[in-house]
Amino acid sequence: MNRNTKASAPQITRRALLGSAAIGVGALLSGCDQLSGNSTFREILRSGEDANFAVQRSLASRKALATEFPESAISDIFPANGTRYPPLPAYSAIAERGFAGWPLLVDGLVENQLELNLEQVRQMPAQTQITRHDCVEGWSAIGKWTGVRLSHLLDMAKLKKSARYLVFHCADTLGGIPYYESIDLIDAFHPQTIIAWNLNDEPLPIGNGAPLRLRVERQLGYKHAKYLVRIEAVDSLKRIYGGKGGYWEDVADYEWYGGI
Amino acid sequence: MWCRNNLAITGEKTSIDTFMPKTQTAPQSVTLRHGWLTRLWHWLNALCLIILLMSGLTIFNAHPRLYWGDSGNVHEPAWAAVASGPDNAYVRIGTTIIPSTGVIGHWRDDAGRVQNWAFPSWATIPGYYDLAAGRRWHLFVAWFFSIGLALYMLGALFNGHIKRGLHMGRKDWHPRTLWSSVKRHAKGQFTHEESGQIYNPLQKLSYIAIIFIALPLMIATGLAMSPQLNAAWGWLPEIFGGRQSARSVHFITAFSLTAFTILHVVLVLVSRPIWLMKAMTFGVKRQNIEAAP
Repeated sequence: MNRNTKASAPQITRRALLGSAAIGVGALLSGCDQLSGNSTFREILRSGEDANFAVQRSLASRKALATEFPESAISDIFPANGTRYPPLPAYSAIAERGFAGWPLLVDGLVENQLELNLEQVRQMPAQTQITRHDCVEGWSAIGKWTGVRLSHLLDMAKLKKSARYLVFHCADTLGGIPYYESIDLIDAFHPQTIIAWNLNDEPLPIGNGAPLRLRVERQLGYKHAKYLVRIEAVDSLKRIYGGKGGYWEDVADYEWYGGI
Repeated sequence: MWCRNNLAITGEKTSIDTFMPKTQTAPQSVTLRHGWLTRLWHWLNALCLIILLMSGLTIFNAHPRLYWGDSGNVHEPAWAAVASGPDNAYVRIGTTIIPSTGVIGHWRDDAGRVQNWAFPSWATIPGYYDLAAGRRWHLFVAWFFSIGLALYMLGALFNGHIKRGLHMGRKDWHPRTLWSSVKRHAKGQFTHEESGQIYNPLQKLSYIAIIFIALPLMIATGLAMSPQLNAAWGWLPEIFGGRQSARSVHFITAFSLTAFTILHVVLVLVSRPIWLMKAMTFGVKRQNIEAAP
């Protein structure tokens, strides 16, 4: 059998093929970098995240619970990430007093504005859950969290019909910019979404958000706002800080929806 | 890789007649081509895999350590890790330490500055550390990869490509056949006219492993890392032994796919690269084939 294919393609050689492949890969790489910097293209890429959000929300029922683990699974050390000690002098002052009188304000689009302090929050019905914390960087840690369901606070404050999101204002700053986060009402009323004051049966360590932090168990770690001082109900995230719904969302283009 | 030489053209009716519609004009002129579905998916999938690998390496750079189990972080033991410092870096797998040679964990950027990210800029998308952008590329392209794979599997099932091309018959499984295929590959003989099949047994096994095991495994382990999906499908990470195990399997499988792709390309280059590239891109029409006497 003689199958002469060279005659049909005299212009392509193995070397030319390899050369053009190398050029192609080079073009792909520099092209990707240019595209990454292009805002329109970033929006196109982001549409994949919108699809994730829509599909994931439709796959998981509103009340689908994050996996809970046995005591034996608790990580020996729960890593502190992001802010490890809020840089404001007022924070150190109140930390030295054991966070006595730490304020928690619930306001915005609510019927009853709540001006609470740490002591009052700790008196509320408590719930404990052992869950896995997944950082966007890729690591995980398992911790036992105790706190009050966010829905309990929201029932007290009574959201107005126009409320769509909850914004969590924090007492820490990163690079001089206040940290904040936000979630929608599905996660806000989820039975595992709590305002936690204990980690592993002890008051929250400062690195983990003392004295109050959000646990929103079906999302990545950066959504779990620490050093919580204010919960604001809003109809839109556009007017809050950079308008993307969170510190990392504004500063580094992280996804607002941290479910994947 | 689809070896032209596999097609035994004897003038007799063969099992691959359906693959090569008979032409009316000249008996020695036949149309040989991959089906449009195979060609379309092959290149879409190749592009997706390159982008997924490189954007995945950006994500890996955020935390270059791998664990088994549900939990895993800097305070817990990693089975594999890249450790880097200002002067050097090493890769540790189990207890084996492999010093870096200027690529992993300790490399110089275009400006000559030392960088300590695990994978260097030429291997990542984007070509600088941006976790959010890496995740966007990854999770965007993952849709095309997953839907493409699902459609290809369905299409190949229904158009008979799997049965015709990839089905391992009893003869294929025979140790003698497999061993002879191994020997032929080892000798650099990628021709096997005698078989009358589209693919040889080793090709079939590797393609089956890639299409039906490795690629779906990438999707499953990827989804197993999503906290929202973990709430919906708590069993998914548990199949792999926990979320961090799923992450490790994701990484191991990605590197297996990369190794496969390199081997695949090398085998194309050492056999008939131009012909094969044409066959996989345009199909190859009207090859003049002289029937063996």
